[in-house]
Amino acid sequence: MTHQCITSSSRIHRGVVWKNGDRVFTGSCSDAPSFLRSAYEHFNFGYARWYKMDSLCKLGWLAAELLLTGNETIRAAAPESTGIILANSNSSLDTDLKYAASMKEMSSPALFVYTLPNIVIGEIGIRHQIKGESAFFVAADWDSEQMEKYISGLFRSEVLTACICGWVDWLNDEYSALLFLVEKCATGSHLPFNAAVMDGLFKQSPNDASK
Amino acid sequence: MYQVFIASDNIVSPLGRTTAENFMQLRKGHSAVDIYPENHLSDRPFAAALFPPEERTDDAGTSFFERLLIQSISGALTESGLDPRSGKILLVLSTTKGNIGLLDSGSYVPERLALTASAEVVRRHFSFMHTPWIVSNACISGLVGMIAGLRLIRAGEYDHVIVAGADTVSKFILSGFQSFGAVSETLCRPFDAARNGINLGEGAGTVILSSDKKFSGGIQLRSGFVSNDANHISAPSRTGEELAGIIRRSIASAGLTPGEIDFISAHGTATVYNDEMEAKAIARSGLSQTPVNSLKGYYGHTLGAAGLIESIIAAESLREQWIVPTPGFENTGVSEPINVCSEWISRPVRHALKTASGFGGCNAAIVLSE
Repeated sequence: MTHQCITSSSRIHRGVVWKNGDRVFTGSCSDAPSFLRSAYEHFNFGYARWYKMDSLCKLGWLAAELLLTGNETIRAAAPESTGIILANSNSSLDTDLKYAASMKEMSSPALFVYTLPNIVIGEIGIRHQIKGESAFFVAADWDSEQMEKYISGLFRSEVLTACICGWVDWLNDEYSALLFLVEKCATGSHLPFNAAVMDGLFKQSPNDASK
Repeated sequence: MYQVFIASDNIVSPLGRTTAENFMQLRKGHSAVDIYPENHLSDRPFAAALFPPEERTDDAGTSFFERLLIQSISGALTESGLDPRSGKILLVLSTTKGNIGLLDSGSYVPERLALTASAEVVRRHFSFMHTPWIVSNACISGLVGMIAGLRLIRAGEYDHVIVAGADTVSKFILSGFQSFGAVSETLCRPFDAARNGINLGEGAGTVILSSDKKFSGGIQLRSGFVSNDANHISAPSRTGEELAGIIRRSIASAGLTPGEIDFISAHGTATVYNDEMEAKAIARSGLSQTPVNSLKGYYGHTLGAAGLIESIIAAESLREQWIVPTPGFENTGVSEPINVCSEWISRPVRHALKTASGFGGCNAAIVLSE
């Protein structure tokens, strides 16, 4: 008997990075971009392209990298059977405002391309060769039940066999990423993929005792 | 599994306020694209499909963008006879940039830039019970909205899903595409050897999807899928295989063969790379002989509304038994031989394929049947 379960999770929020519920990095930088850079460099991911990305993509890329480190099944799976379904509340507004400010001097295509929130899906897809179903939703708050229903439907109708899903949001110095890797696995072997489990991981805060 | 029908639809564009009005304008050969000298939207000449200046205004409570959405949803709702306050209805909004045009003026309330703020304006106007879903997935947003609606109805989550999309032309968006060298100063020429870029356009489209059998006499949304090139964030796939994969899957999932597709409403933006990739994908899917059109020469590229407006014209084509031509196309300029439709064709048509692709490497395809 198989069902959908969460085989991995990653969280980047308020200067702390978690993987599978464990604190794996705590930043000492006060501003958000410096923290993100220090986290990226701590893990030695060595992906030169990362420095060219906007903040939203840097955040989402880093969370996805942590999520998939050590996972062999996604690498071995058919590219079109893994999907990426993400959401946030501020779309690409952080970069929109930076682009609008830059227009007065010279409009830059390298900045303009990041004025779409789904570019983070493209960046993660390029890195991990993920080509399946994707969507970017915008909502005031993360809605676990909505995500559970939508993604379970994609598994049930055999559109996907694995899916990265979650929240990646960045505006000014406020940021939050929480990604889940959802796969088919034997019942009982991992956390089940459902709204309650996702909500539990969302509530994790920097004040929690480090495990 | 529920069948999903188009209960009603609407297009609000510079060409008209209803689907029928829009289709009549196309039949007359009218295009919404005009050539503009440098103005407040651009420091160089450009061609685009714009509403008249007096309609492009932002009111205190409702922006130009939100007004387009409200007008289009209102038109489709009236035609369907559905009560928007019903708990069985979900609204899905598709847009790339929403109220970003407010930035052009320099004085704006920051909170009004949020897509969720626009969604709330629209929700309140109609008293929709559920919080609208918002899709912001570049130029495939409209089709992603329709595909999400299809799945939610099939899963029995809602009886009706109203998918509405809109975008407006702003200095923000125009300057961005110009910085890519992707904007034509004349009427765009999809799939043509002389194509040199897009025309931007503005408008709104609404499709009401429903499982209610009383709409079963209409057009059916049979299938739809999304893929990603995983190749480049601003350039399309070199092979077109990722788009071809979901074209084949959409046709098979509808229980059809490529030979049964009567026409293709392509994305056809008239950029060198997009049209080349699409031609490869169409050829790879066994559709080289199938008539293909692009409507960008009528409407420009309406971004988040494009998938909706063009799907609605495809649906109207199935109803009226006319295949729409491709303004701007004269001589083929893609490496794969495809059958670009350059004149009106009247013949029995039952099944249409609609495709779209966008920044971020995203592709979408759907099949509509009469």
